[in-house]
Amino acid sequence: MSFFGDIGRGAVARTEEIADNLAFIGESFAAFLWTVFHPRRFRFRDAALAFERAAAGGLAISTGIGFLLGLILAFQSAAALKMFGVEVYVADMLAIGLFRELGPVITAIVLAGRTGSAFAAEIGAMKVDEELDALATMGLDPVRFLVMPRVLAATLAMPILTIFGELAGLVGGALVLRFMNVPPVVYWNHVVSTSGAFMIMFGLAKSCLFGFLIGLIGCGAGMRTTESPGGVGEAATRAVVGGIVAIAVADGMIAVLCHVWGI
Amino acid sequence: MMDPAAERDDAITLERVDAGYPGTVVLKDVSFSVKRGEVFILLGGSGCGKSTVMKHMIGQNPVLAGTLRVAGMEWGRRTRAALCRKIGVMYQSGALFGSMTCLENVMLPLEEFTCLGRREREEKAMALLADVELADAAGKMPNEISGGMKKRVAIARAMALDPEIVFLDEPSAGLDPVTSGALDDLVLRLRGEKGMTFVVVTHELPSVFKIADRCAMFDKARRGMVALGTPAELRDGTDDAFVRKFFRRGEP
Repeated sequence: MSFFGDIGRGAVARTEEIADNLAFIGESFAAFLWTVFHPRRFRFRDAALAFERAAAGGLAISTGIGFLLGLILAFQSAAALKMFGVEVYVADMLAIGLFRELGPVITAIVLAGRTGSAFAAEIGAMKVDEELDALATMGLDPVRFLVMPRVLAATLAMPILTIFGELAGLVGGALVLRFMNVPPVVYWNHVVSTSGAFMIMFGLAKSCLFGFLIGLIGCGAGMRTTESPGGVGEAATRAVVGGIVAIAVADGMIAVLCHVWGI
Repeated sequence: MMDPAAERDDAITLERVDAGYPGTVVLKDVSFSVKRGEVFILLGGSGCGKSTVMKHMIGQNPVLAGTLRVAGMEWGRRTRAALCRKIGVMYQSGALFGSMTCLENVMLPLEEFTCLGRREREEKAMALLADVELADAAGKMPNEISGGMKKRVAIARAMALDPEIVFLDEPSAGLDPVTSGALDDLVLRLRGEKGMTFVVVTHELPSVFKIADRCAMFDKARRGMVALGTPAELRDGTDDAFVRKFFRRGEP
C-alpha cells in the first residue's frame, strides 16, 4: 500500500513541478512581452549589475578552463596525429571543436555552475526573506523585476565568456604545437582557413541560447525555493543540474537540426 | 449582510471568511470590520492563523470562502493594481531588498508608480526616512543596520505611496522591549499625523494595550475568531476562558 502510495505521491509531485515550470515559462514570456512594450521600465541597472557579476566575475574561470581544454585536446590529439606526421592538423581540429561545439558547451557548463546557481540562491534567499512577497504586495511582478534582468545578463555574458574561452583554448593548443615544432604562423593559418565567420557566429548564437536557458532555469529554481532549511541549497542544485541538462538537450537538438539542414 | 452606510466607514470588511491555504482551513467563518483610521490588532497565540488572515487582507492568498473587501474592493485581477496602491505592508523580517540602500528601498515604489523625477523621489524618500527617524541611515545597506531599524525602513517604504491602510506583521518580533516600545510610538505618531489605518499582527500584550483601538482574537483549537473589541473589553469583560487566560497570562 505504501509502495503504491509513494508512486502516487511522486507522480503528483512531478506533475505539480511540471505545471509550476510551465507556469513560470508563461509568466516569463508575459514579462518579456511587457518589457518589450515598456522598455523604459526595464531594470537596466539590475541587468548591468548581474551582467558584471556573470561576465567579469566568470572571465577568469572561463578563460582558464578554455586554456586547459585547448591544451589537453591538442596534447591528446597531437600525440596520435604525430604518428602520421600531420600534427599540424590539430589546429583545424581545435578550431572546429572549440568554435562550433566545445567552446559554447564548456563555457555554458561553467556559467551554469557559477551564475545559474548564484541566481537561484540569490532569488531563493529573497523568497525566504519575504522579499518576493513584498514586491508582489507593492504591485510589482517579481518575474519582471528579478528574472528579466538576470536572463538578459546571462544571455549577453555567455558569448563574451565563450570568445575568451575559445581564444584561450587556441592559445593552449598553440603552446602544445610550439613544443612539437609547429610554427605559430602555420598554426594560425590553419585555424583561420578552417574556421569562418559563419562557424564563429553559429557558436556564439548557440552560446546566447545557452545563456538564456541558464538564466531562466537558475531564476526559475530560485522562484520555486521552499522555506525548508535546505531550500536555498536545493534551489542552487536544481539550477545547476537543470542548466546542464538543458544545455545537453539543446545542443543535441541543434546538432540534429544542423544535420537535417546540412549546416 | 452589512449595513452599507457602516461599510463606507470600513477600511476592511470580512464576511464569513474561511482563512487558510488550498486544502487546509485554518480559521472558519471569520467576520469583522476594520474602521478607517483605527489601529486594529490581529491577536492570538503562535500558529492560530492571524498572519494567514493578514495574507488574505493584503491579497497574497485568496480567501477559501466568504467575502473580503479592502477599501471597498475585493481582490481580483482587475482590482489588484488599484488595491496594491492603497495598501502598504511591513513584513516580519522587514523584507528590504539587500542589493539596495535604505534610501533606494524607500524610493522603489516611487520609481515604479509615480512620475516624480529622481530628485523629487529622493526628497520624498528622505522625508519618509526622517519620519521614522532614520535619515542618517539613508545610504546604508540593509545588512548594515539593526533589526529594529530594518523594520522602520520597511514602514517608511510601506508608506511611500501614501496608502490608506498599512499592515504590520509582528513588528515587535525579535526586538528588545525598548525598541519595540519605540516602534509602537512610531505607529501612534504616524496614525496621528497621517490618519492612516493600521492593521497589526502581534501577540505582544504591552503593544496591544499601547496602540490598539480594537482587536480580533483567534484561537487555534476552535479554528475561529473568539473575541472582538477593545483591549480593555477583552481583558475585563469576557467570559471566554481562553481570552481571559491569554490576557491575564503571567498574573498569579
